[in-house]
Amino acid sequence: MIAFINVALLTLLAVVTVAIVRQRSLFAAVILSGIYSFLMASVLIVLDAVDVAMTEASVGAGISTVVLLATLHLIKTTESRSVRPRILPMFVVLGTGAFLVWGTLVMPPYGTADNIIHKHVVPRYINDTIKETGVPNIVTSVLADYRGYDTLGETTVIFTAGIGVMLLLGGRRRRTKSGQDGRSP
Amino acid sequence: MSVLETVLGHYDYVITMFLMMAGLYIVVASGNMVKKLIGLSIFQTSVYLLYIEPGKITGGTAPIVDPAFSVYSNPLPHVLILTAIVVGVATLALGLALVARINEAYGTIEEDEIFDRDRES
Amino acid sequence: MKLDLILRIGTKLILPFILLFALYVQFHGDFGPGGGFQAGVITAAMVILLAITFGIDAAQRIAPPWLVSRMVPVGVLIYAGTGVLGLLLGKNFLDYSVLLHDPVHGRELGIFMVEAGVLITVSGTMTSLFYAFAERGR
Repeated sequence: MIAFINVALLTLLAVVTVAIVRQRSLFAAVILSGIYSFLMASVLIVLDAVDVAMTEASVGAGISTVVLLATLHLIKTTESRSVRPRILPMFVVLGTGAFLVWGTLVMPPYGTADNIIHKHVVPRYINDTIKETGVPNIVTSVLADYRGYDTLGETTVIFTAGIGVMLLLGGRRRRTKSGQDGRSP
Repeated sequence: MSVLETVLGHYDYVITMFLMMAGLYIVVASGNMVKKLIGLSIFQTSVYLLYIEPGKITGGTAPIVDPAFSVYSNPLPHVLILTAIVVGVATLALGLALVARINEAYGTIEEDEIFDRDRES
Repeated sequence: MKLDLILRIGTKLILPFILLFALYVQFHGDFGPGGGFQAGVITAAMVILLAITFGIDAAQRIAPPWLVSRMVPVGVLIYAGTGVLGLLLGKNFLDYSVLLHDPVHGRELGIFMVEAGVLITVSGTMTSLFYAFAERGR
């Protein structure tokens, strides 16, 4: 039953993606990408990744949609044009896609329990999280404790990206004002 | 029967690759920079699926330890992707900030027009 | 901006619950789905909803830009500081087991502090992102 829900959601995801590809109105594409994120969150719940689904629903459908809409407001255009020939990109994409699908044929099928990735460090995380950290949510304990270095790096990346956006977009009003006062170029 | 099983077992991967290639197609074929960034984020979400899918175990449950359950899906990909999502939106915002600045400098976000403007000057 | 009565009243009603939910996600993250990343984004979503409905000035009264932009580095410093604390107490960087007498409780405290750092950085970054875009547009 769950496998069929999964198949249905994934098909919807593909349909929404085709709609985004064909869409020329940027506003509609942004809203469709919000729908895409909610569908992706549903797929992630079916795949048992509840923490990731929560993040995707709040980040993908919430913050990114808001930021994209704010950009559309800034650039004051809502239509995109396509003037390029599309045959070469389509050819490249189909070729690459065929190779990638061929590559996934050796991957273990959906839901396999003796998959190689379940064997290495994961049993230790699952068995020892309560004993070692006292936190039942394994995702939290791995995120903050066992793999704390990763998360420190990711937090620093977020910090850097935030500083970058503030440098790119902030501080302009002051400069315009001083430019108007002193007429400096 | 085995063909159907193979198709159903790998349907996730096929859709993942389809999403990935759709994102790549938008990035390559679309000249509009906002559209390119939307395509890039579709590509990114397909990578999330690629990581999470092998972690699912049929009959397993979400990785929160409880005496009522014994089989849990693999929590490690969840951790990696959870942080990647938040980093993804931060970098998307950085890209959009660049697009806004390009629009202020060139008055357009269509790639071809920007190249034309560069060639003229 | 005058005819959106339902939006304004609805926003006022829902805002405290969004913040409450963010805090629930933050502090219940050890036992259920959630954690610093999600809680930070939900907190930022509350400020963004306020800014969209009542204008950016109303949002900047409750979350002033100087505070929000300082939250971005402070969270990273809390995270790294927790790691350095482990270093100072004689263990490895980011080893929390020495923070309290009982190693398990120490690691629980370490996870709590790290998640608090993540919450502060993520909510600060997301809110300042939105402020940067919104102020550019007016």
